[in-house]
Amino acid sequence: MTNNKIGTDHGANRNWTILFLCWIVASVATLGSLFFSEVMGFAPCVLCWYQRICIYPLVLIFGVGLFSFDAGVVKYSLPLAITGWCIALYHTLLYQGVIPKSIQPCSEGVPCTEKYIELLGFLSIPLLSFLAFTAIIALLYLLRRRLAP
Amino acid sequence: MKKTHIVVISALLLLMLFVLGSFLVKGKQQDSLSALARKNAEALVRDHSQTAGSPDAKVVIVEFMDPGCETCRAFDPFIKQMMAAYPGKIRLVIRYAPLHHGADFMCAVLEAARKQGKYWETLQLMYDTQPQWADHHNPQPDRIWQYLPRLGLDLKKLKKDLDDPAISRLIAQDMADARALDVRKTPGFFVNGKPLVRFGYEQLQALIEGELRANY
Repeated sequence: MTNNKIGTDHGANRNWTILFLCWIVASVATLGSLFFSEVMGFAPCVLCWYQRICIYPLVLIFGVGLFSFDAGVVKYSLPLAITGWCIALYHTLLYQGVIPKSIQPCSEGVPCTEKYIELLGFLSIPLLSFLAFTAIIALLYLLRRRLAP
Repeated sequence: MKKTHIVVISALLLLMLFVLGSFLVKGKQQDSLSALARKNAEALVRDHSQTAGSPDAKVVIVEFMDPGCETCRAFDPFIKQMMAAYPGKIRLVIRYAPLHHGADFMCAVLEAARKQGKYWETLQLMYDTQPQWADHHNPQPDRIWQYLPRLGLDLKKLKKDLDDPAISRLIAQDMADARALDVRKTPGFFVNGKPLVRFGYEQLQALIEGELRANY
């Protein structure tokens, strides 16, 4: 299994850069979510926690993949990213009121529709999460196509 | 530059940003809210404010609340526990910050019920039945009329009192005070004039217990 070395050095560099971007997005999302909850004091709701479960490990998986570039990283990270993306989509729709609140799973603690911040008037926390997962999946998909034999 | 170095340096940069941001935000929040509370000390408690607990209590919790707010509802038992744990030492002052749709109507109902001596019973009823009338996407404050008869209130008188201009003035004053103190979320707590900056049960408990230690 040496398909991590396929192509030219230039191509390998590109692949590494794409994975590096994935890692940056995941790291910013992780630190950003911690900043919201721990620094600004926004209590995370249940759905936020599920998305955190998906994004936090990605920082480490991508990180390991970066140190010794491993094509398997796509296979291991994509399921987490897709799961997180689905939850983020659900959360965003719930937050925007597209999905009625009666079917939401939060019964205690902080309601998942609690409004904390809306950057530029529309970038809510669930939407930020959704965008992060979308970016990661897009990058991983690109990487997978480049790595395909 | 070696790739591994890029990763390590980026990680360190991100972490530094995080820590720097934390110090900036925390310091700013604490300073600005405390300064605001000091500057607007008279806005914390008004003569019209409803209070619970001993008038001699040296620890005064001011809660800016909204009967339709789920978190206010969640905090209600916690505050009661704290007051029960330190009998006679804590006083609660209720202020209105009706941020939810239809919440000013609920505050008016509370004030009208107060004229019949059923303020706390009505507030409890509102919290108990909140899921039925305060749904975020379909709030129906009118539904409270189904539940109010349970308290044996004179509903005719209550409806008439709702139009009392003194009540709307009182709510408007509370709203103005909430703005002056930068209460943008409910519940907004102040303990002996100190704002609860980091929100949460433990943080509020720590703030209250700190004031209890300082005053008793």
